[in-house]
Amino acid sequence: MPLIHIKDVIKTYDMGAELVHALSGVSLDIEENEYVAIMGPSGSGKSTLMNVVGCLDTPTSGLYEFGGQNVGELDDNELAEIRNRKIGFVFQTFNLLPRSTALHNVELPLIYAGIPAARRREKAEEALVSVGLADRMTHRPNELSGGQRQRVAVARALVNNPSIILADEPTGNLDSKTGIEIMQLMVDLHRKGNTIILVTHEEDIAAHAHRVVRLFDGKIASDEIVENPRIYAESN
Amino acid sequence: MLSLYDFKEGIRIALTAIGANKLRSVLTTLGIVIGVVVVTLMATVIEGLGTALDKSISSLGTDTYYLSKWDWFGGEWWKARNRKDVTVEQAEQLKERFQLAEAVVPVVSTWQRTMKYRNRSVKGNVNGTVPEYEITSGVVPEEGRFFNLYESNAGRPVCIIGHDVASNLFEREDPIGKTIKISGYSYRVIGVFEKEGDFLGTSMFSKDTQAFIPMENFLKIFGTNRSIDIHVKMLEGVPKDDAKAEMIGVFRSIRGVPPGEEDDFGVNTQDFLKQVFDGVVSTIGVVGFLITSLSLLVGGVGIMNIMFVSVKERTKEIGTRKALGAKRRSILFQFLIEAATICLIGGLLGLAISWPLSLIIDEVLPSSMPLWVVGLSMSISIAVGLISGIVPAYTAARMNPVDALRYE
Repeated sequence: MPLIHIKDVIKTYDMGAELVHALSGVSLDIEENEYVAIMGPSGSGKSTLMNVVGCLDTPTSGLYEFGGQNVGELDDNELAEIRNRKIGFVFQTFNLLPRSTALHNVELPLIYAGIPAARRREKAEEALVSVGLADRMTHRPNELSGGQRQRVAVARALVNNPSIILADEPTGNLDSKTGIEIMQLMVDLHRKGNTIILVTHEEDIAAHAHRVVRLFDGKIASDEIVENPRIYAESN
Repeated sequence: MLSLYDFKEGIRIALTAIGANKLRSVLTTLGIVIGVVVVTLMATVIEGLGTALDKSISSLGTDTYYLSKWDWFGGEWWKARNRKDVTVEQAEQLKERFQLAEAVVPVVSTWQRTMKYRNRSVKGNVNGTVPEYEITSGVVPEEGRFFNLYESNAGRPVCIIGHDVASNLFEREDPIGKTIKISGYSYRVIGVFEKEGDFLGTSMFSKDTQAFIPMENFLKIFGTNRSIDIHVKMLEGVPKDDAKAEMIGVFRSIRGVPPGEEDDFGVNTQDFLKQVFDGVVSTIGVVGFLITSLSLLVGGVGIMNIMFVSVKERTKEIGTRKALGAKRRSILFQFLIEAATICLIGGLLGLAISWPLSLIIDEVLPSSMPLWVVGLSMSISIAVGLISGIVPAYTAARMNPVDALRYE
């Protein structure tokens, strides 16, 4: 059974005057420990697909099963719970809480999971160490560089041991050098067994993935396995 | 329900958010501040009035009745005018026939008599009574003594004077043993009462400006044509209502009131004063309540407004939190706690303002801010926060995570 099973998913937005078909019949299966890039020009529906996959939004019609569970039947709170326990988000704009330390930012998903403070701190520290920010835990976002901020966000995505990591243009706000660092982090995570879904419009970035799904006009235009994913030098 | 972690996180977010907008938060609480100041000062004043009243009527005693031709409050004075006078003889008969009293004391008064010592003089009421007056009033002279039975029966020209009389006539001299003139007659001062103070500017119930002389002497000097008061102090342990009914029955028979007709005398107690006081308090209460509700309403609208702003400003944060797994109720409580905290800060500011003001009130009207009012005003503050925060918080809680994340 695939981790993600999407069948004939349609998503329409009622924009008042007209109905916008953001997704018009998408079917997609993603297995555990895949590293998938979702590509497409703006307006192709890739953000909508990501929102659906990330359980931020539910399809208008069609089937979406996450780990065998029909997401379309879940209410708001159950969706929140899935996002909390199964999905780790990495956003283009980092989305860190500006007035909280790196540590507290990483602790957030654990707070909503109801994990006791001591255990929370321990796990958050572990996650920050794993992204190489052991010495930046008490810094606030404005005291961190862009790359460091995105690392905090990655740590936050990881901390609750999610089934997938969903990264929406994770390098979009970074210079190319720090972008490469983040992509390397993703490769490492994949190598450690994480399932990664990456939304991007940059071929360069998508080249790291093992599979590239291209969207156009709300439909899947192509779905290819990458023979030789780009790999940087082994990180330490 | 809300988990402890949610709650702690809520407090933490609230403090962070308020800390980031200190001035805005403080300005927002103005209405709450005013509300709390009004509530606490009002309660302080009422408490002060209560204390003042208690002090000034303490001499009346709770279990003492005052039989009189007149009703102190209410009653129909035009009817009372035609009543027969209450006389010393009736007091003596009552003392003889009514067994439930510890003391039955006749008191006759004449108003605004001149009291002189050397070249100084004051005006005040002069009362004739008997030694048991000490029992019914529960007050003994602060200096010297009350007159004794011998002096009373012999009608000796001795007097006990109120505190203000003593201080006005004698200034630094010791009044005891001195002779003063009351309406031209000489009296030796044998005692001085302690200061009782006045209530709302009237010394009607205080002995400060009065003088007390033996009844026998009073009747000789000032005549017998006055209706007197009879002070009756009941025995300890006798049920109050029974004793009162018995007393009224005996006194009716003494005054020859036929069965079925209404009493031709007033039965007064300090309860009447309490009623008047309660009237004053409830007036203050109603006015204060109106001002308070108005300012809390204004304050509440202000809080609601600022919470809408706060929710709007943090739309993206709400989206992020939702993406990370915050449920609706977590977001709801986050903003409710923030609103309640802002209001609580307003409440504390209000207390910080009204506390020194209450110390100033204390100078004029001895009082202290009751602790329960502090608790009450803090609870009201929090309640206002919760009520005015509910709509903005609900708006935040039901935001669509996708829209919230996209919000710039």
